[in-house]
Amino acid sequence: MKGQAHSTGSGQAGEISIRNAGIAFLASDRVVEAVRDISVEFGPGSFTTLLGPSGCGKSSLLGAIAGFVSLTQGVILVDQRPVHRPDGSRGVVFQHHNLFPWKTVRGNVEFGLKMRGIRKTERQRPVDEILDRVKLSTFQHSYPGHLSGGMQQRVNLARVLVNRPTVMMLDEPFAALDAQTRLQMQEMLLELWNGLKMTIVFVTHDVDEAVLLSDRVLVMSRRPGRIRADFEVPLARPRAADQLTSTEFNRLKKYCLELLREESLAEEGMTEGEPAAIQEPEFTNRLG
Amino acid sequence: MANALVSSSPTLPSLGNHVRPAGVRKKRSFAPVVIRCASLLACIAFWHVASTNRWNVIVNFENVPSPGAVCQAAVQLISSPKFQSHLLSSIARVFSGFGCAAVLAIAIGLGVGRSKLWSDLLMPPLELLRPIPAVAWIPLAVLMFPNPEESMVYITFVGAFYPILLNTIHGVSSVDSNLIFASLTLGANRLRVFSDVIVPAALPAIVTGLSIGMGNSWFSLVTAEMVAGQFGIGYYTWESYTLQKYPNIVLGMIAIGLLGMLSSLLIQRVAWFFMPWVKLGANR
Repeated sequence: MKGQAHSTGSGQAGEISIRNAGIAFLASDRVVEAVRDISVEFGPGSFTTLLGPSGCGKSSLLGAIAGFVSLTQGVILVDQRPVHRPDGSRGVVFQHHNLFPWKTVRGNVEFGLKMRGIRKTERQRPVDEILDRVKLSTFQHSYPGHLSGGMQQRVNLARVLVNRPTVMMLDEPFAALDAQTRLQMQEMLLELWNGLKMTIVFVTHDVDEAVLLSDRVLVMSRRPGRIRADFEVPLARPRAADQLTSTEFNRLKKYCLELLREESLAEEGMTEGEPAAIQEPEFTNRLG
Repeated sequence: MANALVSSSPTLPSLGNHVRPAGVRKKRSFAPVVIRCASLLACIAFWHVASTNRWNVIVNFENVPSPGAVCQAAVQLISSPKFQSHLLSSIARVFSGFGCAAVLAIAIGLGVGRSKLWSDLLMPPLELLRPIPAVAWIPLAVLMFPNPEESMVYITFVGAFYPILLNTIHGVSSVDSNLIFASLTLGANRLRVFSDVIVPAALPAIVTGLSIGMGNSWFSLVTAEMVAGQFGIGYYTWESYTLQKYPNIVLGMIAIGLLGMLSSLLIQRVAWFFMPWVKLGANR
């Protein structure tokens, strides 16, 4: 219940600072504004979820932090340095399997170290270690095409984590998995985060997932995406699936659902002007 | 029809009765093998009957050698060094022409597929020459090269070049951009993205190009040999016609077919060796 959320361990890497970020792109002769005027900070080692309806620009924002989507406005600093291009210190796990189909599990996991020019003999130990953590040691010589969806995402996690990134972004990583596997993966992610303590930015449209996993939830509005609500999740850690049924959890969930519902109604033009005041639970929406 | 299927198997969607749910193993059955063999035998039997009875209805079988005669000629020829040297010279031509085409077309294709500049620089003349079939090059090739050997290698080169080039370009330009993003966020630089992501991702398409190219180069070579050669399996087949050794024509045809098939098989096997993930049928 303590406010241990993104407690700033000074000197720790992985601090993200987004200032007045705007992203727009051209889609068939029309300018589409994905996100507008977003300013937010993520402390080192924090776990934050961007929650929002589909197409609200949360993936674009993630891409901008990663460095492969460029901002049309504002700046993103990671550890005080502006982001220009992707690099190995900011890993991304996508929803769709983008493992290299021509590499074995081990080959995929090794990739980042290889790109950094680390020699084969020196790659062995960290790769073994991370494969062990995601429980894939016995499958290390399989090709991704032979693995289940859950296993593929574990490879994806391992492939990013072996680089020891200071920031890890996950873009709806478990959306394509069945409920049981998703829960297992969520617990595994929390375990990995607990051990490695990198800053996590997690994108999802699943309210349960957002509340269960993160220290802090940012609810985004429909496109152009802005931050609609920003609150901390006061659930105790370590978290486990049984918390999904606690009163506290349900209250947070209800709050998020109402916010999202507002957004989807507004999109369909069913409400006008300012969204109706939503009853907030006792915790504070940091936007006030 | 579809309704009948649905009602007869309520647990399965109407996929047709040859579709099984995953995990249900197909029973081993020899019936298909028997049917296929019977079909082959029927064709040979038809050939035998038509040629020995000298049928002449629309198609004239009077001068077509019977399967027996072809077999006899085969037995004689297998051991003859002359036939072997015909085969060897054709194989050498195909592999040198095809080899040059593969190297050049893959190199150009990789460049053109990724770079606008390369594409603008190289594609206009290549596109202009593309509609010209390899066989149409024969007369000019004979004039362009000092001896027929080189002109025939050139013809096989032209035959193989375009399929390899076009498939390579297609493979390179259709690489899933997610894979490129992923490699970038894993720390790859531009060069490594090219060598470690784009090239392997394009490999299946390149191999498709190679096997089409291989077929084309045999086709082009045989034609070139018939027109301009003094050796080789195409020349042998044509020579057998002019010398009225009819069984040998069929033998030459069979040899051409077998060589084409074996060289495609070779490419496929080599490809599987280098791309085990494709053989798994689990590319995506």
